[in-house]
Amino acid sequence: MDVAFIIETIIKIVVLLLVFSALAGFGTYFERKVLAFMQRRLGPMHVGPYGLLQIAADGVKLFTKEDIIPQNVVAPIFKIAPVITAATAFMAAAAIPFLPEFTLFGYTVRPIIADVNIGVLYVVGVMAIGLYGPLLGGMASANKWSLISAARAASVFISYEVVTGLALLSPIMLVGSLSLIDMNNYQSDSWMVWSQPVAFVLFVIAAFAETGRTPFHLIANDHEIIDGFGTEYSGMRWGLFFIGEYANMFFISFLTALIFLGGFGDGSFLGALALLGKVAFLFFFFLWTRAAWPDVRPDQLMWLCWKVLMPIAILNIVVTGFVVMFKG
Amino acid sequence: MSMEQFQDRNVGKQNYFTVDIEDYPVTGMDKFRRVAKRTFRGELFVGLWVVLREMFKFDIHTVQYPKEKLPIGPRYRAIHQMQRLWESGTERCIGCGLCEKICISDCIRMDTRIDENSRKEVTEYSINLGRCIFCGYCAEVCPELAIVHGGEYENASEQRAHFTLYEDMLTPVDEAISGKQKEFPGFGAITPYEDERVKKTPLAY
Ligand code: SF4
Ligand code: SF4
Repeated sequence: MDVAFIIETIIKIVVLLLVFSALAGFGTYFERKVLAFMQRRLGPMHVGPYGLLQIAADGVKLFTKEDIIPQNVVAPIFKIAPVITAATAFMAAAAIPFLPEFTLFGYTVRPIIADVNIGVLYVVGVMAIGLYGPLLGGMASANKWSLISAARAASVFISYEVVTGLALLSPIMLVGSLSLIDMNNYQSDSWMVWSQPVAFVLFVIAAFAETGRTPFHLIANDHEIIDGFGTEYSGMRWGLFFIGEYANMFFISFLTALIFLGGFGDGSFLGALALLGKVAFLFFFFLWTRAAWPDVRPDQLMWLCWKVLMPIAILNIVVTGFVVMFKG
Repeated sequence: MSMEQFQDRNVGKQNYFTVDIEDYPVTGMDKFRRVAKRTFRGELFVGLWVVLREMFKFDIHTVQYPKEKLPIGPRYRAIHQMQRLWESGTERCIGCGLCEKICISDCIRMDTRIDENSRKEVTEYSINLGRCIFCGYCAEVCPELAIVHGGEYENASEQRAHFTLYEDMLTPVDEAISGKQKEFPGFGAITPYEDERVKKTPLAY
């Protein structure tokens, strides 16, 4: 492996980490603002113009707060759990093409860290490992609320992993490749969402469960006033959970846009802009539903997953299979 | 609106109506049907539309508190004020001690003496706002309309005991003489147009 490739990869990794950590911060800001506007409030207003520096203030707070390891927790696991959430979120990003190829100072940059040929499988798999963050964190916390939340997290993730996988199977069957770039190129004439609307809906529903966003926000259930598995965390460890959650939201938005909504199209500048626009809309959709929809109970969530979504997903696969078989 | 319908307690005669609650589904199929109905009737999209509409209308109701403040009602019971008589500017308090006596949290402390004109005069008067529960009894009992509740409600302090003295509460004398003292600044003072509202004490049984 030549040195240039290694340096390039390292630069890409650093850029990705910085950009998405910052975006996670901006994500919290947008979330507060959008939720506030939808609820006829103003949201953060006092730190900086229109509250923009609130992100910096929050960052300073998170970094300088005392890192409390409570008594009776299983310290090594307690400490590592938030890292798992954040790390797996970013690891999953390795196989996502964030932009089409572009040329910078005569050097062709491919904004994907590793175009592995099992891209989708890798991304979905690594994101699923993120489950261990809330699960271990909650279980190690020596707090009953955290424990209950960890149990909810485990049940939600395990069931929705199934739906994610099954929903993605039919687009994969159509494309015949697991690489996200191939998926993107497959949609040059017509978006996947038109040929696989059911899979799209299933995947979006599963994405909400996977990121623990509002209709399925019962993992860190804010309505209990406490923060679910994050109850015992403070300072930057808690912040890592947050960065993980928001980074996951961005990455899932990228995945959805790439697999179902045409991605970056032909790779032109406009295509790149379109991809960012789609991601922005999907991210906005995450916030939008949070303002509009109620949460479901864990048992309803399980019911929905195993008795409704999974059968539909399997039917969808069977039908897709037949179509692929008979139409070639 | 007349009080009639509130006083009529004969349930069944008024315009009550029972809310139409559907039976809860029991079987799995019924549950599924309900989910399907709710899913495809588009209720979720109505919700999305409503919040989006509010966002674009941008009809914000936030009060940015330290910069803007909502007006409070004149009968709000915040920090006390001591009033003066209008033309002479004399202190209204006659040192009767009723407020000290009635205060249920025992936070008024006062001292009086007889002055040269054989009038009672307040020498010391303090309210411990750390104990005051702002019940308004002192203002209600005061025979001279001297102590009233003002509108100053921002009284966070670093200590539990927090005293306000007579001089702090008293209207400045020039303000009273020039007629700038607000006559209805708060609970305990007479409300405007009190003359029209006053009724004869009904003596006939
Ligand atoms: S408001 Fe109530 S508690 Fe406060 S000084 Fe007056 S009587 Fe006492
Ligand atoms: S404030 Fe009123 S009740 Fe209290 S001593 Fe003075 S006149 Fe009496």
